[in-house]
Amino acid sequence: MNQFQYSRPAEIASAIKLLAKDSNGHFLAGGTNLVDLMKMGVVVTNKLVDINHLPLKQIQKTPTGITIGALATNSEVADSAIVKENFPLLSLAINAGASPQLRNMATTGGNLMQRTRCPYFFDITAPCNKRVPGSGCSALQGYNRMHAIFGANDQCIAVNPSDMNVALTALDATVHVSGVKGERKIKFADFHRLPGDHPELDNTLQKGELITAVDIPASPFNKNVYYLKIRDRTSYAFALVSAAAALHIENNTIKGVRLAMGGVAHKPWRLTAAETFLTGKPVNEDNFKQAAQIAMQGAKAYEYNKFKLKLAPNAVIQALKMASGIAS
Amino acid sequence: MSSKKQCSQPGESTGNSTETRRDFIKKSSFLTAIALTPVTIVKSAEKQWDEKFADIFEKVPLTLEVNGVKHSLSVEPRTTLLDLLREEFALTGTKKGCDRGQCGACTVHVNGVRINSCLSLAITNSGKKVTTIEGLANGDDLHPMQEAFIKHDGFQCGYCTSGQIMSATALVKEGHTHSEAEIKEFMSGNICRCGAYPNIVKAIQEVKGGQPS
Repeated sequence: MNQFQYSRPAEIASAIKLLAKDSNGHFLAGGTNLVDLMKMGVVVTNKLVDINHLPLKQIQKTPTGITIGALATNSEVADSAIVKENFPLLSLAINAGASPQLRNMATTGGNLMQRTRCPYFFDITAPCNKRVPGSGCSALQGYNRMHAIFGANDQCIAVNPSDMNVALTALDATVHVSGVKGERKIKFADFHRLPGDHPELDNTLQKGELITAVDIPASPFNKNVYYLKIRDRTSYAFALVSAAAALHIENNTIKGVRLAMGGVAHKPWRLTAAETFLTGKPVNEDNFKQAAQIAMQGAKAYEYNKFKLKLAPNAVIQALKMASGIAS
Repeated sequence: MSSKKQCSQPGESTGNSTETRRDFIKKSSFLTAIALTPVTIVKSAEKQWDEKFADIFEKVPLTLEVNGVKHSLSVEPRTTLLDLLREEFALTGTKKGCDRGQCGACTVHVNGVRINSCLSLAITNSGKKVTTIEGLANGDDLHPMQEAFIKHDGFQCGYCTSGQIMSATALVKEGHTHSEAEIKEFMSGNICRCGAYPNIVKAIQEVKGGQPS
């Protein structure tokens, strides 16, 4: 790992100021992704601002829902009584990711910032537009089994690896950020981005902005929820495909529904067209199958990930069946 | 600029008096590093790094407690907790497997919570209490989890064992031991290539409800 300058501010304003003029500095929270990337030489930083002493660990109810501090660890969020009672989908998704040790270190803000697990991104000898813009995409003609089926282009077919993000996009979360120009809120669906012409950018944060909190609005999705993660081993592996389903059911009718997929795109993939189709319809497998078919419109596979074109809709159907209780 | 040198001495807090090959390599590498570092930037750091950055070669003060022993020293910010434990404190029970948070061999407890020490920069643990495998036994009396691993043959080559045991003791404390499936899920961050998993589960089942670390 290269050497770097280190700072440990106690206040948010100091942290922002420390990186304000630096284009190559990084904030350090749990370090589970950043320290790994630094060891691999994927990230070479000249300054680290250790934000672990900032007062950003709260998990609290608010008049409109809950607020989760950027430094609340994944374990603290998943185990929180407030989260389990109001947003069990978030607990399920977090516990499907990583290992207990990593969840004890990884933070909410850090999870939003984690980089792709595309092996070519990690291999500093391979061309990768995300790591070195303009160098090319090795995955396009390479071993692209783990890669995107939605929203990709020839510049980048990497996927966002997070489970937590899939639940947060389904739950319509809002990201609070703070920077030299002040504070602003970003809708979760607008936080991560598709590769477009800038695959090096994972999200819409401005340079030097710091995530301070994630808010989740109150919703009726506290009972019929499920997070299905399909991976190469039973636990502790990244998703080939994952599906988050949250249903608000009254008298066997779907009053409201949230659906999202992970492991399929450069960002957590919300299935709004399928949600619209299901709203107002009765709970049954046929409707779930039709919703999954709608969700797959526009999907495009590459040489080694064609299996995802079958796996993804089946994951959506199964997540809906589990969430609604018609399968167990 | 002053050229004061202030460095921690390897193994000083552990009471090791015999020179081992490991110590020799460690010291000679250390001296080589010092020789290659410009004198003017090897200096002590007594400031709080709040409003400014430590210089790039500057060591940063760190105070932490390891297995009940308090340490005050200076470290390079890039030093991981794993390397600090092994190379500075000679606590080599904590193993370096993948060094990337994928195998769990480096699992230790920080303030009672299990983490991967390979992905934790030592400096971020300032003021915290660290427990390693060396800190589990009470003198000659092994921790119940250590006893159970021996009884149930919970290892073969032994390389992952200290990480497995540190994870297992934390698991019991967390209460994720209600079923075999739950134990397996919450032990999934510790890889055992010998495949001792069934015996590890048996050891944990024996200890659950017993004495956490």
